[in-house]
Amino acid sequence: MSALTDAEVLRLRSDFPALAAEVNGQPLAYLDSAATAQRPASVLDAEREFLLTSNAAVHRGAHTLAGLATEAFEDARATLADFLGADPDEIVWTSNATDALNLVAYAIGNASRGRGGEAARRFALSAGDEILVTEAEHHANLIPWQELAAATGATLRFIPVDDAGIYTLADAAAALTERTRIVAIGHVSNVTGFVAPVAEIAALAHERGALVVLDACQSAPHRRLNVAELGVDFLALSGHKMLGPSGIGVLWGRAELLNALPPFRTGGSMISTVTMTEASYLPAPQRFEAGTQPVSQAVALAEAVRYLDSVGLERIDARENELAQRMLAGLALIDGIRVVGPAAGVPRAGLVSFDVDGVHAHDVGQYLDAQGIAVRVGHHCAQPLHRRLGLTATTRASAYVYTTTEEVDRFLAAVALVRPYFGVTATTTTGAQA
Amino acid sequence: MSALDGLYQQLILDHSKKRFGDGLLEHHDAQHFERNPSCGDEITLQLALEPGTDTVAALGWTGAGCSISMASASVLSEMAPGMSVDELRALIGEFREMLRSRGAGEPDDEVLGDAVAFHGVSKFVMRIKCAMLAWVATEACLLEVRPAA
Repeated sequence: MSALTDAEVLRLRSDFPALAAEVNGQPLAYLDSAATAQRPASVLDAEREFLLTSNAAVHRGAHTLAGLATEAFEDARATLADFLGADPDEIVWTSNATDALNLVAYAIGNASRGRGGEAARRFALSAGDEILVTEAEHHANLIPWQELAAATGATLRFIPVDDAGIYTLADAAAALTERTRIVAIGHVSNVTGFVAPVAEIAALAHERGALVVLDACQSAPHRRLNVAELGVDFLALSGHKMLGPSGIGVLWGRAELLNALPPFRTGGSMISTVTMTEASYLPAPQRFEAGTQPVSQAVALAEAVRYLDSVGLERIDARENELAQRMLAGLALIDGIRVVGPAAGVPRAGLVSFDVDGVHAHDVGQYLDAQGIAVRVGHHCAQPLHRRLGLTATTRASAYVYTTTEEVDRFLAAVALVRPYFGVTATTTTGAQA
Repeated sequence: MSALDGLYQQLILDHSKKRFGDGLLEHHDAQHFERNPSCGDEITLQLALEPGTDTVAALGWTGAGCSISMASASVLSEMAPGMSVDELRALIGEFREMLRSRGAGEPDDEVLGDAVAFHGVSKFVMRIKCAMLAWVATEACLLEVRPAA
């Protein structure tokens, strides 16, 4: 599949009104899409149109608007299901990916306390069971598992990463044991851009009877996903990273698992019968959707997915790999830069994190911002990974469907001026890959 | 002067490299650890009084962070010795007020001394916490040695 071309990117940029902004007297170069993406006008319009014509509470009420709203809401679910190669009943709306991961972890915690009856016993964890994550996880795919381990007596273990922040299939295989019950990994690292060998890890995990939970936050916006091909059991994604609204995410789970899992949150809309002492619950996905749902956000997220499909995720993925390679090549020419993540030439996500010797990431980010270049600085919600790399913070530039080659070149030219600006001349590291 | 140059005054860049007070003290009367969880910047700061007095003898610290946070720890460590607990509290109050000014007004260099160099920070709302890191730690140390009336 051919990569999106410069000319195509320049054309589609007009779909994104926010990109026309000036920042500090310079045209905005938005290189922070891995944190949150800008949205096309069609997504904003879809949400507004829904609110203007069809807004009502879903799955209740008998009036016309209630019907329109319910239809739009469920159509959005079907769109997300198609997007992932899944069944609509396997798509649970959440408020974001963090929420989706917590849902799985806390529902398993509930099963471990005996909730959910016989069907949920397959999930129950106890002392000696193991939960496996990686050392590179975003806090959202680490802390819920820490809490689950603490609540059940299970042991949290991790696949270690190397000096570049990445791991191999062999590392994953070595960390799996006969007691591994859950494997929770990120598909694409939000720090290193490393693409995990998900299908291979899932196959190894399943041989040991473990469930596989995939944090697809950094992959769903950028590459074609198919849950059957990935072979995982649960998958979480976030709307705002894939041209959609904030306040909405998705948990996908295999139907038989979702229907055996007890609920995490309880309340209205997720029950079949309620007495003063107990309640019985609807099947998935409603079982996990207590209370009023983010309906207009779901409608807008479906529009975002249609936008991504119209451009073509394979072409976006190829384009972003090209931009990442351009960043790596450019950064390698600058003194005092240590890039983390896979070596140049290895296919990766369109984001690059790096350390500038002698200049703190916050100062790097401030310097770039003065040139209108927006990057992320800090630990990117991955403190253990940064500790492993011997860094407290890095600077991250991330590309998306609307990122131009010229923006990448502006970024590289500006990074080259950072150390001179801050008066750092001594070089203690080379521009080579760390 | 560009806004960026207003933020990164030469005095700040100098202090971020040649850091006054960098290193823990042999004896201290109070110690406080302060961290900015959003960026990971951190400081362990110690305060020593002249024995039997209210006069600050020294500040000592170790930390890791951006140039703004390290320079502001350095400037404070240079200014604090010889001040009374109350004077140092007042200085911290003035400093905080300057940082909250959003660039308005002219800071009083009679009171703030070299710390006026951080006036430019007040235009960068994301960096105020950086500049306050050591000052907040010092404030906590002062509360430990002399609880506020």
